[in-house]
Amino acid sequence: MGIISRGFGGRRRESVPGLPPGQYLTHDFPVLSAGPTPRIPLDRWSFTVTAETGERKSWNWQEFTALPHEDVTVDIHCVTKWSKLGTTWRSVSIDTLLEDVETAADYTMVHSFGGYTTNVPLEDLLDGKAWIAYKFDGEDLEPEHGGPARMLIPHLYFWKSAKWVNGLEMMAEDEPGFWEAAGYHMYGDPWLEQRYQGD
Amino acid sequence: MARAALPGRLTWRAATLTEARQETPSARTLMLDVPDWPGHLPGQHVDVRLTAPDGYRAQRSYSIASAWAEGGNVELTIQRLDDGEVSPYLTDVLEVGDQIELRGPVGGWFVWRETQPRPVLLLGGGSGVVPLMAMVRARGLAKARQPFRLIYSVRTPWDVLYRDELPRHVRDNPGFDLYLNYTRKAPEGSPNAPKRIDVATINTHGWPPDFEPDCYVCGPTTFVETAADILVALGHDPKRIRTERFGGTS
Repeated sequence: MGIISRGFGGRRRESVPGLPPGQYLTHDFPVLSAGPTPRIPLDRWSFTVTAETGERKSWNWQEFTALPHEDVTVDIHCVTKWSKLGTTWRSVSIDTLLEDVETAADYTMVHSFGGYTTNVPLEDLLDGKAWIAYKFDGEDLEPEHGGPARMLIPHLYFWKSAKWVNGLEMMAEDEPGFWEAAGYHMYGDPWLEQRYQGD
Repeated sequence: MARAALPGRLTWRAATLTEARQETPSARTLMLDVPDWPGHLPGQHVDVRLTAPDGYRAQRSYSIASAWAEGGNVELTIQRLDDGEVSPYLTDVLEVGDQIELRGPVGGWFVWRETQPRPVLLLGGGSGVVPLMAMVRARGLAKARQPFRLIYSVRTPWDVLYRDELPRHVRDNPGFDLYLNYTRKAPEGSPNAPKRIDVATINTHGWPPDFEPDCYVCGPTTFVETAADILVALGHDPKRIRTERFGGTS
């Protein structure tokens, strides 16, 4: 479409390599969520992987934080247009959590305290592409940013990095999660600008 | 599990500014004519895309302020952020007759539908009132009777958006109550000193949790966090509290 806005563009932000299309750089850490921030006491926290057979594997907070961790530095891209570069997280790789899980599923549903869900293909969680993070910038992850622990899938839009995670469910077929059922893209690749259904 | 219905593709549309109204010194309402607009629900937003003469582009999301009526406009209220690149263009430069690109409507969660039978509690901070105004307008348009309460927190009397229209809704639409909370400066003669919204504000001017209202909270993150925490502490079911936050970075 050929609509040009004369007089626009004089205040453009610094051009930054590494930004997906339609994104702008922020140095803040904006918050996006659908409801009140849940506060989950660590003694009530658990994370459960459920295979499509119904087989389950769970960790409490102590067991989870005793797993081998990785300190990762990644860029994150929110569908509301902001990107933040070089964020640092202490996290457990999903590879570690799925080590002993037998599954033939191609898709997963991420579950959170409070009922939030988001769907992610299994292969997008494997081979060092996704983590569950519990520290940001060296500090315990604050509740409004998803603490005690959140998903971290930096190669997809950040709504896929669900806050307050408590489970991962294997699924044979893809199903929309919370935002996906509300019109957001099923996959959410920021480099292809897959913001909404049909993008 | 049943597969949820998925909406169709959102395409970019040309929107023409037909009228503009200065709401406050730093906020402007744009009435946009968008041919073949599919309609929207109150609470939804649109993406706006601007292209500079050299091809540079920027996109931002804005809540829709209008309730949808067949053949009507899409109305956006833009708060100018002085360090922004898009909002100052929309508030200060865009002229009647100019076109911008727009796509939507977006969002199926922070919406109010006339078929929701419960009372409604709206909590808006600053320009967070915009999607709530769409709900107030939709209720008025439909002559709906669900009791509505709007608690609207602003810095000063000069920052109130829809200053003339809100009292008209109170007058003309029975069952709609408005409480204005001032954080920096209250109007002359006001019995209430300026303060941020607190437990007393929401307890006094909201609905009791026993009424099981649908709650909508929109504003800057600190406002939303505070208001939603208070609602939960007062006993409102977290599942009936919907939030939308403005990052304040655009």
